Amino acid sequence: MRRDIFQAIADPTRRAILVLVAVQAMTPSAIAEHFDITRQSISKHLRILSECDLLAQKQDGREIFYELKIDKMKEIDVWLDQFRKIMDENFQQLDQLLFTIKNNKK
Amino acid sequence: MNLLFDFTVDKTTKTIYITREFAADLDLVWDAFTKPEMLDQWMGPKPWRVQTKEMDFREGGRWWYAMVSPENVEHYSLVEYIKIQPKTSFSTKNTFADENGNSKGNAFSLVKNSFQEGTGITTVHVEKVFDDLSTLEMMATNGFKEGTAVGYNNLDEFLRTLVTNK
Repeated sequence: MRRDIFQAIADPTRRAILVLVAVQAMTPSAIAEHFDITRQSISKHLRILSECDLLAQKQDGREIFYELKIDKMKEIDVWLDQFRKIMDENFQQLDQLLFTIKNNKK
Repeated sequence: MNLLFDFTVDKTTKTIYITREFAADLDLVWDAFTKPEMLDQWMGPKPWRVQTKEMDFREGGRWWYAMVSPENVEHYSLVEYIKIQPKTSFSTKNTFADENGNSKGNAFSLVKNSFQEGTGITTVHVEKVFDDLSTLEMMATNGFKEGTAVGYNNLDEFLRTLVTNK
């Protein structure tokens, strides 16, 4: 069953899981350690996220790892967007610095 | 005052072009981009900050700095100055570095910063070329790590992008 992505991210726990696996692929038990809820409900969240095509499973020996599923180009777009924001913020900090320096000279 | 900020990407040439105006004269803006005591004050997205470890602003010289996380974890970068035309432009080669200031890995970007003086305004052009797409991918991955490390603030933004791209 394909689910609506909005349903996937409506839940705070599922949003937090996405953040965790965005950094690195993780096993269900490693993910569960970050939450104060049962393994069972973690499994349920993982299943929903997988059905939304947001998580991919990777088998490594006897362990199953979950990772965020977005292709590289999308990752690049997200990064570029983030980079643009960082530069924008940096430059605004520079505006402030220039303003302060000019005022101190007066 | 409305200051121009233009950001464009050409994926085929792996280049990012940024144009930004600043309400200050050329001398001051040039210093802001080349003097460590000024760079440390404006570089780095909050709550991260930049801390200069070493600065030698001359052709062949380098700027070694740390991007410091709110938990005081340092991530190092190296900027090598290739060509400097005072008050006009300077070109650099940028790489990640280790805690001893040694360049880490082969991935790099080449950056040219050009400065143009106007009336009460200085325009800065930044041209950032990545050596190949894998570098951009690596930056994206690292950017992700840093972005998520910054915390949940970026999460909504990140998810919004994810949803838009689906």
